[in-house]
Amino acid sequence: MEQLKFSYPARQTLSRRVHVGVVGSGDLEVLMEPSPDGQAHVSVTTSVAGFAAVWQHVLDRFFSRFDGAAAIEINDAGATPGVVLLRLEQAAEALRE
Amino acid sequence: MSAAPGAAARSGAGERWFEALTGQAGLRPAGPRSVRVADAPLGGERARFIAVVPDGGNRFPRARCGEVGLDEAWALAREVRRVMAEDLDQPRRALIALVDVTSQAYGRREELLGIHLAGAAAADAYASARLAGHPVIALLIGKAMSGAFLTHGYQANRILALDSPEVQVHAMSKESAARVTRRSVEALEELGERIVPMAYDVRSFARLGLVHRLIEGVNAATPAATDVERVRGELLAAVTDARGAARDLSSRLTSAAAAQLRRASIEVRRRLTEQWDAR
Amino acid sequence: MSARTRQSFSELSARERARALLDPGTFRELLGPFERLKSPWLPLQDIVAQADDGVVVARGTLDRESAVAAAIEGAYQGGSIGEVSGAKIAGALELALRDCERGRPVRPLLLLETGGVRLQEANLGLAAIAEIHAAIIALRRHVPVVGVIAGLVGCFGGMSLAAALCSHLIITRQARLGMNGPEVIEQEAGIAELDATDGTDIWSLMGGEQRYATGLADALVEDDVAAIAVAVRNAFRSATAPRSEQVEEFGRRLAAIDAQAPPSPAQLRTLWARARRP
Repeated sequence: MEQLKFSYPARQTLSRRVHVGVVGSGDLEVLMEPSPDGQAHVSVTTSVAGFAAVWQHVLDRFFSRFDGAAAIEINDAGATPGVVLLRLEQAAEALRE
Repeated sequence: MSAAPGAAARSGAGERWFEALTGQAGLRPAGPRSVRVADAPLGGERARFIAVVPDGGNRFPRARCGEVGLDEAWALAREVRRVMAEDLDQPRRALIALVDVTSQAYGRREELLGIHLAGAAAADAYASARLAGHPVIALLIGKAMSGAFLTHGYQANRILALDSPEVQVHAMSKESAARVTRRSVEALEELGERIVPMAYDVRSFARLGLVHRLIEGVNAATPAATDVERVRGELLAAVTDARGAARDLSSRLTSAAAAQLRRASIEVRRRLTEQWDAR
Repeated sequence: MSARTRQSFSELSARERARALLDPGTFRELLGPFERLKSPWLPLQDIVAQADDGVVVARGTLDRESAVAAAIEGAYQGGSIGEVSGAKIAGALELALRDCERGRPVRPLLLLETGGVRLQEANLGLAAIAEIHAAIIALRRHVPVVGVIAGLVGCFGGMSLAAALCSHLIITRQARLGMNGPEVIEQEAGIAELDATDGTDIWSLMGGEQRYATGLADALVEDDVAAIAVAVRNAFRSATAPRSEQVEEFGRRLAAIDAQAPPSPAQLRTLWARARRP
């Protein structure tokens, strides 16, 4: 098990919090709520260690389109980068609802 | 699990303690031979003692080593409800469940014929007796495992246990759990040393706050007369304690030990209570 | 007659199932993921803890009557019961009981998708299941306790006793209900006893249709949200003696079985036919 942290600049404040996903095999859950300091922070707990660079890459891609000041908690049970991105985008979509 | 001679000797605790505490074999004419039932004095009262013991001649082959199978579970339900019916207009007798049960019975007949319902019926009977004011005391004298314990003993007002290596509590036998989780038995035992709820031994179990009294210095396998008298005294004390207290299982959350190792169980309930009604 | 698209219930997450069954707009989750009341034990074993520990508790109404739903997430750790997930179910039932005793009935609904005790929390999971049993038995005096087993994981282990304690049990064809999982039986008793890969055999023993046909479940429903929602509401309106109290009847049935030559699943349907259930 590995814990990773990332931060990104942000512009938009969040008006609510959202939760998507399940920590099933090959899946993950995403908790997204307003960040306290105007920046975006991501805390990842993953069952598969050694993939910090991959997480960085996936999150870079997500934040290239997402500018919310979100505190994001990810609990991951070995999802592929594609599934991670999907869940993050589901969460972003849920914010817009 | 085969009925090897060693296994039979080890699992004789149920019969031994039943006979020591009641002076009877407790066989019912209608059977099954694996369920022993007898009234015996406890202090100034009569108490109904119930044990599940191995029966190598059980008509169900998968229930011949002390497992709680179909016949056992339905018999427990029947016997407990019989006591309830007999005592409707009488003082409510205490029910003493002597627990040495290796597991529920694993088999296709058992599943086909609804062993899950049989187990539920026994748990239902014990809980209903408790709610009706019968003190239900579980005395762990050997194994108290998974579905068998849920069926016979875990609905008690008070759980007493002998502080003895024979007494083990868990959700699955070490060998089965090792196979299911694909670990060695040694690895599981190491986990149990780090993670208290995963341990098998009774002292670790007692740390979880579920045990009312851990009775030390008693020989579980070959009790002397003094051991039996001590245990009888503890049973009576537990019965008295239960009679004066709530009829639910709340004492399992209010013990000092529970405050340590069932913190999350307590916190969950606290927050649920807080959030129960919409503001 | 309107054309309506079937919506699979079993494909929904636990949260979505609870929301779908409670009256529209009444779902209010208690102790949700943002409370972060997670398993204290899983991280010690390098297992990622889910924020709600795999159980969703939600207040709401059913046919405008106050209700609470506890839904187990089968996709997380096989829906297994740990300290927190077990406490959420037991605690919700205990609060429903408290309200019933105060003259404010609450309808309890259990969505069961579980393999039983979470071995990584063993004795705390088992203890929680005993508390769940106790709460169901106490609650049944006031209000029907309704359980739904919809499929994928099914309902096994100590929670199969909880299912059998329910006043009403609703099951789908694809669901299974049994005390021991097929894999464990094969492991303990050998492949001649049960081949865990033989799906036809397994469903014939413990599948929803078999359980319904032998009187061990009360309603057999399509895997469809609307159908299950209707079945749940019907369940709260009926009043039958809980099967776990029918000791005489089942004692007779068991006594009539020849253990050396037990009936086939099909024969059992005839012996225990629904029409004969008191």
